[in-house]
Amino acid sequence: MLRYTLQQLLKFFLLLFAVSVVAFVLVSVSPIDPVQANVGQTAWLNMSEAKRAQLSEYWGANTPVWQRFINWLGAVVQGDLGISLRYNAPVASIIAQRFATSAVLMTLAWTFSGVIGFVLGIVAALHKDRLLDRCVKAYCFVLASTPTFWLALVFLIVFSVLLGWFPLGFSQPVGVSSSEITLFDTIHHAILPALTLSVIGVANIALHTREKCIDILQSEYLRFARSRGESIVSQIRHHCLRNIALPAITLQLASISEIFGGSVLVEQVFSYPGLGQAAVTAGLGGDVALLVAIAILSAALVFAGNLIANLLYGVIDPRIRRSGFTSFSDSVKQGGANASHDI
Amino acid sequence: MLTLNHELEQSHHHHKHANTSHHVGGHHLMQVENLNISFTMYESDARSYFNAKQVQSNVIHDLCIGVHSGEIVAIVGASGSGKTLLADSLMGHFEPNATVTGSIWFDGDKMDAASLKKLRGHGISLVPQSVNFLDPLIKVGKQVQGFTKSNSIKKCADKVSPKNISNNASSISNSDDANNSDDVSNTGNTNKARRFFKEHRAQRAKLQAKLFERYNLNSNVASLYPFELSGGMARRVLLCCALMDNPKVIIADEPTPGLDLELAKVALADFRQFANDGGGVLLITHDIELALSVADRVAVFYDGTVVEETAVANFANPDLLSHPFSKALWHALPEHDFFAPTGGDALS
Repeated sequence: MLRYTLQQLLKFFLLLFAVSVVAFVLVSVSPIDPVQANVGQTAWLNMSEAKRAQLSEYWGANTPVWQRFINWLGAVVQGDLGISLRYNAPVASIIAQRFATSAVLMTLAWTFSGVIGFVLGIVAALHKDRLLDRCVKAYCFVLASTPTFWLALVFLIVFSVLLGWFPLGFSQPVGVSSSEITLFDTIHHAILPALTLSVIGVANIALHTREKCIDILQSEYLRFARSRGESIVSQIRHHCLRNIALPAITLQLASISEIFGGSVLVEQVFSYPGLGQAAVTAGLGGDVALLVAIAILSAALVFAGNLIANLLYGVIDPRIRRSGFTSFSDSVKQGGANASHDI
Repeated sequence: MLTLNHELEQSHHHHKHANTSHHVGGHHLMQVENLNISFTMYESDARSYFNAKQVQSNVIHDLCIGVHSGEIVAIVGASGSGKTLLADSLMGHFEPNATVTGSIWFDGDKMDAASLKKLRGHGISLVPQSVNFLDPLIKVGKQVQGFTKSNSIKKCADKVSPKNISNNASSISNSDDANNSDDVSNTGNTNKARRFFKEHRAQRAKLQAKLFERYNLNSNVASLYPFELSGGMARRVLLCCALMDNPKVIIADEPTPGLDLELAKVALADFRQFANDGGGVLLITHDIELALSVADRVAVFYDGTVVEETAVANFANPDLLSHPFSKALWHALPEHDFFAPTGGDALS
């Protein structure tokens, strides 16, 4: 058990290290000049050469990337994530604030897409090749091939502009002091972006669940259950749900990365001040400290998701539980690979 | 109880009898007549994917077979000849694109698709091939007890045949455990119903423990998962699943895969015991030697039908066998000449 924990911790830190190296290298090879991007084209043209040099010193454009990385790493080890040059505030506080906003959005989207996708998948599998199944499949295929930002725009046009049910953007009403903002306001602002994210996420989960459920319905043990006179309700309750839980959990926890990726686009369209939007700003503004911190956070989230999936596997599947922790390490390796691939 | 002299009853219901065959109440436990199964499918040799026509593919035709109380009937046929399809049909599993005609009688009643379905686990039980037929995530004991709701048992007991559940042919239910479920009225209030379910579950747990004891399964086997069972344990567990439902007929689909003849004979002794207690066993196998050593009668399955249903004793001499394929099987047995006499010619 101790060995397993240490192994996972080692993997976790290696992953974070690799992610930060990659992020640093990518920013350094990016053609964006942080000074130009941040002061604006006109200001840059009117600027004196000395001022430009001063700013570029401030942004660290002249320091070699490895040196910046070592400086950054040294600070991070001491618990200092650095200062976001773009927002002119400590990275930690920006992340904390942005994450709180995004968390509402992502949790809502993650829960909805998981539950609705799971139910739709099972319903479709039970009606395989019949009308209901075709409807679910059609919905999933259309939605899976719809660009997230386009759907977000359509929702915005329909629900905010035409119907006026939801606000046009932001995470809270404009011109209201923060003490007057209620939970209702927060949720009201999160619904439309969350809906966009879930509607897209449902397709993937429903199609995978459907496929797995069909496999189980055709399995030998379900044939035997039928042969023993079990009703369809009993078959689903006792065999289907339990056996489908394993792939569903993997899928659901792996979809964290997709929700995160989707939130970048959706937050942009809805001007929703979350992590995704901050990532875009940091990336376009050459704000390395913030960008790396967001990359690390998302990697940590995905890693945690995969780790939880692996642990839950052990809880649910007796074949893993009763053969000890040893068989875990391989699947976790895969989890780590997924996480790094995701950023 | 009437024991037929098989010499005198050569052409009875398309089959010949063995000395052990009994006719309880003058009928067969299970009798299948002229069963045809065909599938609607697309022509496989169509010139293009798009103009493939729908064709009827006849998989089983004019099949007749009977199972009497107290006997093991073996259906012997090559792998892939449609034996499992036959087993499925007898349990009322029909694919949506299948057309099925023919008659099946169970314990004197003529069956249709719906009543066959009701017999699953309430008269006819399947003993499958391997541990893969058990849910990998549920403990063995719980699976043997099954998830059949007692109200459906009750319904079935009322509708199909009141004798099915209460009349225990098998000796394992010699106590009144399995009978009580019938005494409780279904009209009681919810509280009563809940108590009834609880009692019912307790009864099934007791019966399962008794079955495990009888088949030398340690009581801790009940808390194992299917993947933890050894081959022999799995076979006995699967048999217990079937006996749990107190069936009249057991359909065993290749129940001894990968066992050599001697071990298979030992494994099938449990089926013999079940038959001796008055049940009927339909043993589906590809192994003619095994069939001849454990069954009372053998039905030779060839080309989608039973070409000959005869007593094992008739395999003593090829002249007693009427169909060329049965004769070819006889010649192919190791203690004979291992030689199928121009098999192709004889069959055409």
